[in-house]
Amino acid sequence: MIDPRFDPRRWLRSLFAPIDGPLALVVLAIVGFSTVVMVSASPERLGTLGMNVAVAFCTMWIAASVPPQRMMSVALPLYVLGVVLLIGVALFGDVSKGARRWLNIGVARIQPSELMKISMPLMLAWYFQTREGLIRGRDFLVAAGLLLVPVGLIAKQPDLGTAILVAAAGFYVLFFAGLAWRLILPVAVVGIVGISSIVAMGDTICKPDVQWPGLREYQKHRVCTLLDPTSDPLGKGFHIIQSTIAIGSGGVVGKGWGKGTQTHLDFLPERHTDFIFAVLTEEFGLAGALFLTVLYTLLILRGLVIAAGAPTLFSRLLAGALTLILFTYAFVNMGMVSGILPVVGVPLPFVSYGGTALVTLCLGVGMLMSICRHRRWASH
Amino acid sequence: MGEMRTPEQELSRFRGRLVVAGVVGVICFLLLVARFVYLQVVRYDYYATRAEDNRISLVPIVPNRGVIMDSNGTVLARNYSAYTLEVTPSKVPDLEATIEELSKLVDIQPKDRRRLKKLMEETKSFESLPLRNRLTDEEVARFVAQRYRFPGVELKARLFRDYPLGNFASHVLGYIGRITDRDLARIEENDDSANYRGTNYIGKSGLEKSYERELHGQTGFEEVEVDSGGRALRALRRIPATPGNNLILSMDLKLQEVAEKAFGNRRGSLVAIEPGTGAVLAMVSVPTFDPNLFVDGISPQDWEDLNNSPNHPMINRALNGAYPPGSTFKPFMALAALANGKRVASQAYPDPGYFEFGGHRFRDDVPGGHGAVDLPRSIAVSCDTYYYRLANDMGIDMIASYMGQFGFGSRSGIDLDGESSGILPSPEWKRRRFKRPEQQKWFGGETISIGIGQGYNAYTPLQLAHATATLASGGVMYRPHLVRYIVDARDGTKRPVAAQPIKQIPIKPEHLEAVRRGMIMVNKPGGTGASVFASAPYVVAGKTGTAQVFSLKGGKYQAGRVAERLRDHALYIAFAPADKPTIALAILVENGGFGATSAAPIARQVLDYYLLGKLPGAPAPELKSVEQAAADGHAPGEEPHGD
Repeated sequence: MIDPRFDPRRWLRSLFAPIDGPLALVVLAIVGFSTVVMVSASPERLGTLGMNVAVAFCTMWIAASVPPQRMMSVALPLYVLGVVLLIGVALFGDVSKGARRWLNIGVARIQPSELMKISMPLMLAWYFQTREGLIRGRDFLVAAGLLLVPVGLIAKQPDLGTAILVAAAGFYVLFFAGLAWRLILPVAVVGIVGISSIVAMGDTICKPDVQWPGLREYQKHRVCTLLDPTSDPLGKGFHIIQSTIAIGSGGVVGKGWGKGTQTHLDFLPERHTDFIFAVLTEEFGLAGALFLTVLYTLLILRGLVIAAGAPTLFSRLLAGALTLILFTYAFVNMGMVSGILPVVGVPLPFVSYGGTALVTLCLGVGMLMSICRHRRWASH
Repeated sequence: MGEMRTPEQELSRFRGRLVVAGVVGVICFLLLVARFVYLQVVRYDYYATRAEDNRISLVPIVPNRGVIMDSNGTVLARNYSAYTLEVTPSKVPDLEATIEELSKLVDIQPKDRRRLKKLMEETKSFESLPLRNRLTDEEVARFVAQRYRFPGVELKARLFRDYPLGNFASHVLGYIGRITDRDLARIEENDDSANYRGTNYIGKSGLEKSYERELHGQTGFEEVEVDSGGRALRALRRIPATPGNNLILSMDLKLQEVAEKAFGNRRGSLVAIEPGTGAVLAMVSVPTFDPNLFVDGISPQDWEDLNNSPNHPMINRALNGAYPPGSTFKPFMALAALANGKRVASQAYPDPGYFEFGGHRFRDDVPGGHGAVDLPRSIAVSCDTYYYRLANDMGIDMIASYMGQFGFGSRSGIDLDGESSGILPSPEWKRRRFKRPEQQKWFGGETISIGIGQGYNAYTPLQLAHATATLASGGVMYRPHLVRYIVDARDGTKRPVAAQPIKQIPIKPEHLEAVRRGMIMVNKPGGTGASVFASAPYVVAGKTGTAQVFSLKGGKYQAGRVAERLRDHALYIAFAPADKPTIALAILVENGGFGATSAAPIARQVLDYYLLGKLPGAPAPELKSVEQAAADGHAPGEEPHGD
């Protein structure tokens, strides 16, 4: 029995009401491009990819339907849960590939650091919202503490890639909340000087008997391999050498879809996950790389526009931080694959194969959509 | 920050920062685009050539695998070089026809074809796969002359693993085999993929597996310039491989041989340990298998035979067979009683031939009993009644906690993978082991059987030997280890495998002395092992044991074999010379009947060789039949009892 008042047009419209058109279009375009690349790189995974995309889009739709007030109310519990799970990992976690990242909760293995990527900006935005109008230097100290505890736990696992992403997510909230330039600039300058000096002294500090304080052997190895990939052509350097060859040999228009020799002769490692950008650029060339970069730029600009129009401090900070996280993913991944950043396990957003990251990213985009739709919320 | 601002000021500052973020983001992306332009436009020619040249530019050089030797330098596992005929399926237009043509030059058996087919299913098509191993010189010559006819088929010199002793000590050595997907996953897990590029074999069991890291070595590589046909033109750069390290075992091959032969055709296990170091002198699990069968991929027929044999030759009984210790448990029980003040060594208890508990008679094997029995004599004559009463007096918790100290029920930490932990029964264990509440309850009667090494007790021969060695060294426990030295393949330096004591169990000298006296009396007139060690020129502290098979829960013996497989397991533990022990051992003979008649004679041969250098004459006497065993006053299926 169909209700006589049922109007399919209206029903559809209300179904898509939470979705922000521009954001959805850009994400769809990137996912579509990803699927085209995946057909070439790893066709046997298409089925799972389809399922992952379906789950991720549902997540996006649900997140978009949740009003920002509701997000605020779960910020603190989610953060506490995340920290507790991270401590659980440190104590009882499963070790895989030399790192303790997974927690076995009986039915499934979960990676709590993934949850932190969203709940960290949520928590800090919530914190600053509660202090609105009274924000002082002390609050930034508290926020930094809230940030450093989970980041430290994740870095200890060790999972440098995720630790950087979570730290960045938290930092963006601090930045948008008004962290003083006199604190940001010196750090930025020291960072730039430090990195330049590492690059300059690469030969001396990469000798095998030199120990780097605070960093693990494999982390030192990654940085040194980046400085001189030929020092380890069978191991980690192999990835960078092969991916730069793939990108470079793609040329302006690429070798053509399904014709990448690096990809199909199996020289490219992890070609469906972290290094999928190399497949894309080998087969679609500079044109493909620019197309993708433009799509990401559109995504980020749209996010920043949403942040600018957001009505409350909470939603402003959250929208700004989420947008910059998307940027960080894209920049770090493309940077490492093209050989200007060290290899850290960061996927290319909406392109790399991997359900967890896709769901996390779509959750973030869904939250942006929700903030966009509730522009009038609490404006009085 | 610090000063108060109006919401309008806040908002405009926020928007300012959004602009900053947008600008920085765009600059970063432009940086990336600049990098892409550099790679794809400026250096396009260079990378295009690199990609073109990439096919076979980096060739791994597989390191020689380390050699395994016994304590005297006899080689137990080595490598030899031979030619193999390899096929890269993706480069061969018609595989069937090619193999057909090849078979006219080289002998290719159906089993070679089957193996290639299996390998092709397991690997990617651009890998080079072996079609025939160990070509004769004549076959090599014939193929080389006609090589041009076979694109994608190559002759390669490869190293093969060889176990010159065949069946001897095969459980200790283990074997290597082709790397499977599961091995690959583990290699990746350990971040070793680079080092295994080019390696086809990996340790699958025994020392070959547990010392894989030492034996494998460091892969080298060669950058080779190749023409369009894939032929190497010249080497550009070469980093040689570092061979794997050699292992020198503490195992004495001759002792191992004496021990293995002493078992005759029986099933069982022997572990001999040097008490002061934990060095394993011999580790026997019989029947054995030939590890050479596995190296090139075992044929399905051989695999079936090994796996379906009722004798289970693939199981390392020393590590993974869990057996009730029977009366060999008694010296440890005696020590527990003394340490906890439950017994005084000199006090004798009457033995009427049974112990009554809860209206049930636990019987001794001598119907009238042994008369008045003190602690040393209870060991010498293996008096069950003494230990029934003792177990009851001590209670299960005290027994379990004391026995746990000797390593019963926990892994010894030996340098082999996959050791079983056995079962040290306790109420706590029972709660974990069983699901239903009525099964989880511990009964007092169960404690009584535990006292004579029966009931749920189940330990590996290694645990038994480990505990005996700990007893022999006065309570100092060492981690058992088979490898004595790791020899660096580059400079020949010997790195000893440390013999650090794990712990010291506090034992009073007088308590140790009482137990030792009992164990010496075992092999003197009146003791259970007297006939075997008559006229031995050294003094042995030992203990015989017989473990009931019938009372074992969940036995999966086939109906037709019940009679033979129902026979008791025979056990013997010993250390010698009793005053200054240099060897401690545990022996188990499956379904061997009495410990004194089938396990102790093996100990005599091993000790004669180890202490006197005397080689045995005839193998140990054959098994008695079940009927005879029953006529000796012992029938299977009664209450648990000792010797």
